[in-house]
Amino acid sequence: MQTLVEAGLRPLLIDENRRAGGQIYRQPPPGFVRSKKVLYGFEAAKAEALHGSFEQLRSKIDYRPDTLVWNCTPGQLDLLHAQRPAAQTYTHLILCTGALDRVMPFPGWTLPGVYTLGAAQVALKAQGCVLDGRVVIAGSGPLLYLLAYQYAKAGADVVAVLDTARFGGKLRALPALLRQPVTLAKGLYFMAWLRARGIAIFGGVEHIAADGKQTLHSLRWTRKGKTTEIACNALATGFGLRSETQLAELAGCRLVFDQLNQQWLPQRDDAGRSSVPGVYLAGDGSGIAGADAAELSGRAAALALLQDLGLPPNAAAKNALASESRQLAHTLRRNLLFRQGLETAFPTAVDWARHCADDLVVCRCEEITAGQLRRSVQQEGSIEINRLKALTRVGMGRCQGRICGAAAAEILAHATGLSVAEVGRLRVQAPVKPIPVSSALMAQEQT
Amino acid sequence: MSAASSKPAGEVIETDVAIIGGGLVGTSAALELRRQQRSVVVLEQGWCGAQASGVNYGGVRRQGRAACQLPLSQRAHQIWRRLEQTIGCNGEYVASGHLKLARNEADMQELVAYREMAAAHGLELELLYPDALRQRYPWIGTPAYGASLCAEDGHANPRLIAAAFARAAEQAGAHLLQQSAVEDCRFDGNYFLLQNSQGVRVRSRFLLNCSGAWGKEIAGRFGDAVSEQAIYPNMCVTEPLPPLMDLSLGVVGGAFYARQVERGNVVLGGGRGDGNLALDATRPRASSSVNALAALTEMVPALRHALVIRTWSGVEGETPDGQPVIGPSASTPGLLHGFGFSGAGFQLAPAVGEVLAELVAKGESSTPIDAFSVKRFAVQHA
Repeated sequence: MQTLVEAGLRPLLIDENRRAGGQIYRQPPPGFVRSKKVLYGFEAAKAEALHGSFEQLRSKIDYRPDTLVWNCTPGQLDLLHAQRPAAQTYTHLILCTGALDRVMPFPGWTLPGVYTLGAAQVALKAQGCVLDGRVVIAGSGPLLYLLAYQYAKAGADVVAVLDTARFGGKLRALPALLRQPVTLAKGLYFMAWLRARGIAIFGGVEHIAADGKQTLHSLRWTRKGKTTEIACNALATGFGLRSETQLAELAGCRLVFDQLNQQWLPQRDDAGRSSVPGVYLAGDGSGIAGADAAELSGRAAALALLQDLGLPPNAAAKNALASESRQLAHTLRRNLLFRQGLETAFPTAVDWARHCADDLVVCRCEEITAGQLRRSVQQEGSIEINRLKALTRVGMGRCQGRICGAAAAEILAHATGLSVAEVGRLRVQAPVKPIPVSSALMAQEQT
Repeated sequence: MSAASSKPAGEVIETDVAIIGGGLVGTSAALELRRQQRSVVVLEQGWCGAQASGVNYGGVRRQGRAACQLPLSQRAHQIWRRLEQTIGCNGEYVASGHLKLARNEADMQELVAYREMAAAHGLELELLYPDALRQRYPWIGTPAYGASLCAEDGHANPRLIAAAFARAAEQAGAHLLQQSAVEDCRFDGNYFLLQNSQGVRVRSRFLLNCSGAWGKEIAGRFGDAVSEQAIYPNMCVTEPLPPLMDLSLGVVGGAFYARQVERGNVVLGGGRGDGNLALDATRPRASSSVNALAALTEMVPALRHALVIRTWSGVEGETPDGQPVIGPSASTPGLLHGFGFSGAGFQLAPAVGEVLAELVAKGESSTPIDAFSVKRFAVQHA
């Protein structure tokens, strides 16, 4: 945004949220009075700077908060704001669609009281509240410790952090993680801080299972062959993040399977150009790299866009811009090495599908179990994910596979002996998120 | 179902009948031919039943069809009634009734005239005027002036039905080659010779062209000129809702058609999407979805608060007169066509499969199909 405004453009910023900031620097609704220090911890200064520069930009851009882009075709976005649909044409598009928790179902994951890390964080940052009662934070990835820290600081009763990653992996990852010593130090600080407050941290945890009738009342897990149970009222889980690629796919971008992210991602060059001229990608929406990298990749994409437009007009400025663009690409590539280190430290559960029982619900919208998916493979010969969807309804509900798609692909890959890449990807169909039928009537009134 | 042939490239598969297209028409023909003890090979470029046969609206409807289609449609109706014995599952088929709504007196006159014509073909329809309509279906909105009910029409789930026909054909002994596009096909005066994208060759006495939107291209290779263009029906579906609509709904003029499935979702069609003839290249169009949704909520106001969770399209072949191409080639003995259903083939397909099998066995159909002859295009051009 900033880069485009500085170049004399007046871009249109469409934000699904009500206020700028995204997920990391998410702002509470107007009128909430907690300080940025409380809300964002170490990142308070960055949050302050980001919100500040946004306020300065606001009069120079066309900002559309609380607006869902529910469909995208070459040259046109279909929007929904206040239940009213509208079409918006574009010549250049930068997609910054962010990420969603990678959900790997476990017994009891659909019980009330079980949340994703992302949802737990939204509660804290936007609504200024924490999950109530005894809270356990479980899964894999650096966000576990960050959330535990943020929650404990905000006064939540965090009783344990369960990490499926092992110590050995973290040790192996150390050389790569040392590339960003400040980030690594923050992680270590969170862990030490939690331990100092008597919050139990368990590594190498397996077979997490939530129990409860109406709502969550306890959690079980095994570690070194021993089963432990703990009473709790809330559980926040996360097994890494997944890029939100729907709009890129609808825009016609070519997707390729990415081994590091274990996901189909829109293809991009170092500067963020997609395979479609005029469509650019920035941030976690085209591969998980974190908030700092997202800022850099946003600038890189904007610079690429300016270059493609032939801006700025004079040669000296053009050269300066090209040189910065190269520098950014270099920094972002280095950042990727850190990301690879994180993957070693907090690996995606590779044998998850092997361990999940036939009665485990994989798709909660349509209540499709792992067993039903396996039966379709055995009896109907499904070897491709869209075929599996057609025959079983997996991914056919309200989430359209955004939640369950990754797990369904893992089950299919395991049951067929193919790789996750080989079973294909769920074709995206608009709307990206559900839209009300009544919005159609509003559209007709407008015309 | 194997993704590809187990036969090594280069080998020739000998068969009585080769079928291009693993949709409902092709696989129901394959099933029927197996009952006649004929050997069958089906070549499908993608997955069987994954194109128009599997992604259409799912209307199992006779009401509204042109007079020339009614004998075939009546024959299909008998097959649908014993569906479970035929393919081993019901595919969510329900004879729910099909209600065609009129907005005004002129629409109603159209329904009155249609009822008279249909009666001559043994299709009973019941006309409902405003009071009766609202009494029987209180959920229908005030813009509805009247309606025509076909009590035994209904709907089914295409993605299950199309796959089930393919499975039934395979279990009956048909050889399905999936992910198997036809790269070359020719007639040597006695036999058809086909080669697929994996180099597998098939030699047959008969060739059935059941390739939907791709039918014109296959027909053209043998010198049968056909006018057919690709169309992309536009579909939407809501989240699951409590039971409301207990029949399949249409409207004079065709602004929308809608049904509520067993799971509770309302499936809705209307207007056109966009695409091309490549596989998986169809896209719904936002404006078509919006128009169809607006037309639906006018007639079924209770649905206005539902959420739409998905829209989609698919590719289908349409002819200028809206009638399919069914029957023998005008140029090549042993070549039989069954394509170009112009957006209304789902209900007819199993009967077309039977007719094609009859044509193979006896050279004639026991159901009139003259209106669907490929020769009609040559007449136009002459």
